[in-house]
Amino acid sequence: MKSVRMALAPWLFLAPYLVTTGVFMIWPLAISFDLSFKQTFGPGHEVWVGWENFQFLLRDPLFWKAARNTAIFAACSVFIQLPLSLGLAMLLNRPQLWGRDVLRLVFFSPSLVGLVFVGVLFSMLFEKRTGLLNRVLAAMIPGFDVDFAWLESYVMAALVLAALWLYVGFNMVYFLAALQNVPAELVEAAMLDGASPWQRFRHVVVPEILPVASFVVLLSLIGSFQLFELPFILLNGSGPDNQGLTIVMYLYSTGFVTGDLGYASAIGWVLSLLLMVFAAGQRWLVRRLEQ
Amino acid sequence: MACAEAGAVKGKFFVPRGVVQLLGKIFVYIVLWAAAVVTLVPFLWMVAAALKSREDFFRSLFLPEGGGLFGVAWERLTLENFNRLFGQGNIAMHIVNSAFLSSATALGATLGSAMGGYALAKLHFAGRGFLMGFVLWSLVIPGTLLLAPGYKVLFDLNLLNTYWALILPALAPAFGVFLFRQAMVNAVPDSVIESARMDGAGEFRIFFTIILPLVRPMVGAFLMITFLGTWNNFISPQIVLQSPEMMPLSVAISQLRGIYSQDYGLIMAGTLVSIAPVMVLFLLLQKEFISGLTSGSVKG
Repeated sequence: MKSVRMALAPWLFLAPYLVTTGVFMIWPLAISFDLSFKQTFGPGHEVWVGWENFQFLLRDPLFWKAARNTAIFAACSVFIQLPLSLGLAMLLNRPQLWGRDVLRLVFFSPSLVGLVFVGVLFSMLFEKRTGLLNRVLAAMIPGFDVDFAWLESYVMAALVLAALWLYVGFNMVYFLAALQNVPAELVEAAMLDGASPWQRFRHVVVPEILPVASFVVLLSLIGSFQLFELPFILLNGSGPDNQGLTIVMYLYSTGFVTGDLGYASAIGWVLSLLLMVFAAGQRWLVRRLEQ
Repeated sequence: MACAEAGAVKGKFFVPRGVVQLLGKIFVYIVLWAAAVVTLVPFLWMVAAALKSREDFFRSLFLPEGGGLFGVAWERLTLENFNRLFGQGNIAMHIVNSAFLSSATALGATLGSAMGGYALAKLHFAGRGFLMGFVLWSLVIPGTLLLAPGYKVLFDLNLLNTYWALILPALAPAFGVFLFRQAMVNAVPDSVIESARMDGAGEFRIFFTIILPLVRPMVGAFLMITFLGTWNNFISPQIVLQSPEMMPLSVAISQLRGIYSQDYGLIMAGTLVSIAPVMVLFLLLQKEFISGLTSGSVKG
């Protein structure tokens, strides 16, 4: 009696996970595989088209535009946002810094705000004439045009700026935790050896924080390539001339506006393969570093 | 002797290099506090915009200037935007929707994840290693891949336009199962479970009365993560729900912006109302959260 109960218990505890994963992950994954070879008109009507979705995708100028925009955004995240996060973390990590906890909380606070709300808020900040940004810039820079059209002609710049506000503090938290784990003796030993600040950073701090840094890069890449809500709300769509179209936004509009879940699934698979390549690359890097 | 050495090290390396070091320090503080101001300004601007009349919105950058304290015309501030928001915007309904969805999802997901994590951490059964590997693997699958086929599954199950369509799929995320498994492996000693079994306690009683209290900080943290995630979620309700009266705040505010795009005060009031609750919740629980984390490790 007791042994039966003991044998059953694990499965009862796992039931919520197994059932929801089965129904809402494995089943959709299987369907998704099937769907990606079909053309659909809403969830009810479908036609088998074989590899046509993927062939079309390779020649689809809108998909490539979306891929280009997404890649540019991802590059800005990695090469602008993350260095700023690391810089802030290094400043915050200085010993005997007054107000560190308050500053950390302030820098982190934007990450509590949902992407939709950030989109709405920044669509107001970026407005021509009435928006805060243009009014401040016009007051500071003589000759600056208050009608500077961020959301019409400089869509990517606006997106990157909004993402900076949102994510610099979030990533900083990871970097700060990593920096606090760098053994103080190592840094002191390097100082004894007469290493310059740059040498200490390059040869002592960087190797120590590299595992965390590579993880943050991976998270940024994965997040950037799934960018949707921020531009969708900020631009009220894909923006003029699709300047703000991203891969997931294209997936959304083909699947849920046009109603072709098949083509949307094909886009989903291509995106997923790309993300898995990134994840594998990060694992490979960490493994190489450990050796 | 050790003292003298420490002193020597101190003397040699911590000599204040006068002006240069002081300037460096000032520079650090200026950069940090400037960054803090830049971070806070959008929030402040939003609050000011929500409290201003349409006229004052165009006339002043932050608060309207006047003869009051700090040179601000406090008497010109108005709750007019909030009145309209709760009147024609019917925002109270959407607040209730968001609060319900977020609480239900947070409670369900925390319970489901804790149960799964417990089985993986402390119970013995065939296939445990495989399942753990599966949980880790499934973390890599991007949510966007599941958007289109997930919609079809919900359509087939006849769950579209119901809250079940949002709550059920979120009930035991792999990410939560993994987090709880990690927390329980360390925080729960096997001997505690064994002795409770000796006393004849059932498995579920052990789970609720012994295991969950031991990982209380994790429970608190995960409740908050899922609450915040659901509150801020936009894409799922946007796809799954159709009835306007069922929409959570995230969708409602985005629609408000579409309809009243020139009504800056109203939109900023709506955004403020959507952001403030989670901000306050985080600030309030932050202390308890941290003390919970530390006390848990001492007690455990």
